[in-house]
Amino acid sequence: MRARVFVTLKPSVFDPQGKTIADALHTLGYGGVQDVRQGKYFELDLVTTEPAQARALAAEVADKLLANPVIESYRIEVD
Amino acid sequence: MVDPNVLERHGLKPDEYDRIVQFLGREPNLTELGIFSVMWSEHCSYKSSRVHLKTLPTGGPQVLQGPGENAGAVDIGEGLAAVFKIESHNHPSFIEPYQGAATGVGGIIRDIFTMGARPIALLNSLRFGPLDAPETPRLLEGVVAGIAGYGNSIGIPTVGGEIAFEPSYAGNPLVNVFCLGIAKASDIIKGVASGVGNAVYYVGAKTGRDGIHGATMASAEFDEKSAEKRPAVQVGDPFMEKLLLEACLEVMRTDTLVGIQDMGAAGLTCSTTEMGSRGGAGVEIDVSLVPQRETGMTPYEIMLSESQERMLLVVKRGHEAEVERIFDKWDLHAVHIGNVTDDGLLRVKDRGAVVAEIPNRALTDQAPVYHRPMAPPDYLAEAQQLDLDALPPSREAGRTLSGPANDALMLLLGSPTIGSKRWAFRQYDHMVRTNTLNLPGLGAGVVRIKGTNRALALSVDGNGRYCYLDPYRGAMLAVAEAARNVACAGARPLGATNCLNFGNPERPAIMWQFARAVEGIGAACRALGVPITGGNVSLYNETDGRAIYPTPVIGVVGLLEHADRVVCRRIQGPGDIVILLGEGRGELGGTEYLKLAYDVVRGLPPALDLDAERALQALVVALADGRLIRSAHDCADGGIAVTLAECCFDTGGVGIEASIDEVEVGRDAGLNRAAALFGESASRVVVSVAPDRADEVLSRAADSSVPARIVGRTGGTALRVKAGGKTAIDVTVEEAERVWSTAIDKHFVKRVA
Amino acid sequence: MKFAIVVFPGSNCDHDAYHAARDVLGQNADYVWHKDTDLKGADVVILPGGFAHGDYLRCGAMARFSPIMREVQAKFQCEHVHIRVEQTDTPFTLACRRGQVLRIPIAHGEGNYFAEPEVIARLEANRQIVFRYTNAAGAVVDDANPNGSAAAIAGLCNETRNVVGLMPHPERACEPVLGSADGLLIFESAVAALKTGVLGGSTRSALEAVG
Repeated sequence: MRARVFVTLKPSVFDPQGKTIADALHTLGYGGVQDVRQGKYFELDLVTTEPAQARALAAEVADKLLANPVIESYRIEVD
Repeated sequence: MVDPNVLERHGLKPDEYDRIVQFLGREPNLTELGIFSVMWSEHCSYKSSRVHLKTLPTGGPQVLQGPGENAGAVDIGEGLAAVFKIESHNHPSFIEPYQGAATGVGGIIRDIFTMGARPIALLNSLRFGPLDAPETPRLLEGVVAGIAGYGNSIGIPTVGGEIAFEPSYAGNPLVNVFCLGIAKASDIIKGVASGVGNAVYYVGAKTGRDGIHGATMASAEFDEKSAEKRPAVQVGDPFMEKLLLEACLEVMRTDTLVGIQDMGAAGLTCSTTEMGSRGGAGVEIDVSLVPQRETGMTPYEIMLSESQERMLLVVKRGHEAEVERIFDKWDLHAVHIGNVTDDGLLRVKDRGAVVAEIPNRALTDQAPVYHRPMAPPDYLAEAQQLDLDALPPSREAGRTLSGPANDALMLLLGSPTIGSKRWAFRQYDHMVRTNTLNLPGLGAGVVRIKGTNRALALSVDGNGRYCYLDPYRGAMLAVAEAARNVACAGARPLGATNCLNFGNPERPAIMWQFARAVEGIGAACRALGVPITGGNVSLYNETDGRAIYPTPVIGVVGLLEHADRVVCRRIQGPGDIVILLGEGRGELGGTEYLKLAYDVVRGLPPALDLDAERALQALVVALADGRLIRSAHDCADGGIAVTLAECCFDTGGVGIEASIDEVEVGRDAGLNRAAALFGESASRVVVSVAPDRADEVLSRAADSSVPARIVGRTGGTALRVKAGGKTAIDVTVEEAERVWSTAIDKHFVKRVA
Repeated sequence: MKFAIVVFPGSNCDHDAYHAARDVLGQNADYVWHKDTDLKGADVVILPGGFAHGDYLRCGAMARFSPIMREVQAKFQCEHVHIRVEQTDTPFTLACRRGQVLRIPIAHGEGNYFAEPEVIARLEANRQIVFRYTNAAGAVVDDANPNGSAAAIAGLCNETRNVVGLMPHPERACEPVLGSADGLLIFESAVAALKTGVLGGSTRSALEAVG
């Protein structure tokens, strides 16, 4: 199975990179982009064929390595 | 009466709450309670430390600004001031090493440019658990990357520092950061609010919910539950800070400001109250005008947020437009959020309605001050006993190398505390601004001042193990070492800043350590002529009741009137004479050697004669100024053997042949030899001298009553040291340097493989 | 002759380039704010290193040379390295000898140049590789390549040879007191290029510090 892990900063954590990108877009005239939050994206190829197992494994590695639980949260998609 | 749980969450004691009610003449509301809690926290109020800090020497003809402002300043001639300070970011760095260290750097840089100075150099003093403990590499990597990430981006060189590893820091790493700036002495600006009706401006990053209660967090011990308090991590934005730095310096050149202060710990609360209190004025702001990053923030959250990269300014009336224009140029927007008043109150409004009203001085000068009980720690008397004839078996037994003390030397050189810190230094941009005369790792950092012939040398030093065994003497030794390192670059020490890292002050043993350390700092600073111009106290460095070693870290700044007379630890080539200034007495108490070879942390740290130290430092500075020495290196961790080895490193493999005196400290001949080689007696410096200058150096030393004698000569490709006439060490420089230079790297290579 | 140093909001090497051009080299030098449209009659334009716009999206600086930038060495590195002069017919290497080894600091996080082999071959054929990382003796060896840069490339020029981009920081190696004055050769080359008119039709040259 494949698991996709989207890691982003927690809502109340300041994202200077996202802010800089948003500012740059505004300078380029994209006023329609109100805000940008940037993050990381991982694709995990997993041995298991069980969605629940895949999700649990992805969550485990996200907790351990992919995300910094102090400032980041993550979302998992499995297919 | 307020709910006790609410009080506890705010870190306030019931009797402190009673005082609040007294000051206000009524019960506080939640916003006011939050404001009191951060301002009366240990971090902001210095309530446990203040009575002791008052005893430190803070004056001198060179002092332009002593403690109490954002940073201290000393006169360095030609109308210029060196502005500097050290600060801790221990707790945030433990929770999030990268961001904790990065925002620490950001904060100390703001403290410097807030004074009107352009920051020109950074240093740091770091302490971790043993490098072979599982958690340490990750912490070290994160902290170093965070320091590099922030300092490099903003373009301020990190020109040196120290890193030590001890088990006592495993649960509480120390991250102390130091910044030095240069200002015109006449242009130093202060964090003061005055002049009724003057506008109060907010500029910089928007306010978010980050870091709320950072200040109270830094004042509480960690326990397993502290994981729950974790949303309070701030993220730094060096790019924003770079804009703030340039914009603020430009505004300061226009004579439009009454005062300015950064929003560090306790954010808007601390900056408004401190500025008002210093100016004897009141400050009124409306939080609805504060730029906000998140929606729905309450006045409580806005007042307590510790979002980074924000400044508070008081602008002279009539100059508002000029100030706004300059910030606009830098794509920053200064926002008028309030005014200076004459009632001495901090008045916080939300869309016009008053939500908090507190006398400024109740939050600052009149905050609680505690004379906490003190008692020598239980362990102390026992730990100070050292019987050298009853040591356990040495780890250097079974030696295989040619010289009998080679293994011990290699053990010391390969330990991460003594070994090369290049692994960290190369991650720091240490050359940006093109002022760095002594690269990191060559002794004190040295930066020239463009437009003059002058340069400044700076060093941060501390030794927790010494202070654990005797906080008074250990703290004196820290001052002496920092000043000696500066002197070894050829610079005359001018002033000092201290960062005092200790455990829980509510325990009498910790408070005793603190008080003794402050006394030691005071004694050494007075004797060596380096007044304390500011600093920071970090208490509650404990995890599950286990405190760190008491660790005062001292930063010293010194002046070279002729930048081109700078020296460093590195010998300059073969054929020079090696002279030892000062005397070794084979003192092994608390040394790296005892710890590494015997796993023993015991005894008294080396004795320190402050008069001898002062004479030594003055001599070294004079010798460098007279161009009589070609290198100078302080004898510290690992004793003279390590010092001599380090003199050979980074030279392309030039060796030294030396011979030192025997000492007798015990019955075992091997241990006596080790004491001579690895004992850490203070007030010693190894210099190298061109052969035709040796006599003059010796006679100058005699004139200064500093013991001095020729111990060897540079040349060859080996380090050979005789102790009492017998060869004790015989290694090639190449081999020793390989061990030394990979002392930290090897822990990371292993992890990858 | 006149140097213009372009200042972006987050530039941090602009003061250093200015100091090298004006105080060390004794030339006329001026800062130009990135929003300005006038180069004030400059003969040489320096785009200094630093974090121009926060640099969180790292692609602008070297984009014109490089199809792809990749990040292998994530840690920032700051130290002296050796680079060998491969081409001397650019305005920034005129005063050098071909094969001359310069000792110049690097300071970058994402500093390794990467390109597909056919791109490297084209750069090679056009003689656009201006500097390579070498050891002190001038040999291209893996140990001397600080960042895994493809073909040990440390600096390139454009096809018309008036724009040179390089990773190391020559402005940091212009005075012996800083440990090396080899970087001065690059600035002196620019002065010589203008004096001798060796540039032919080209009227303005640019030095881009990518690091």
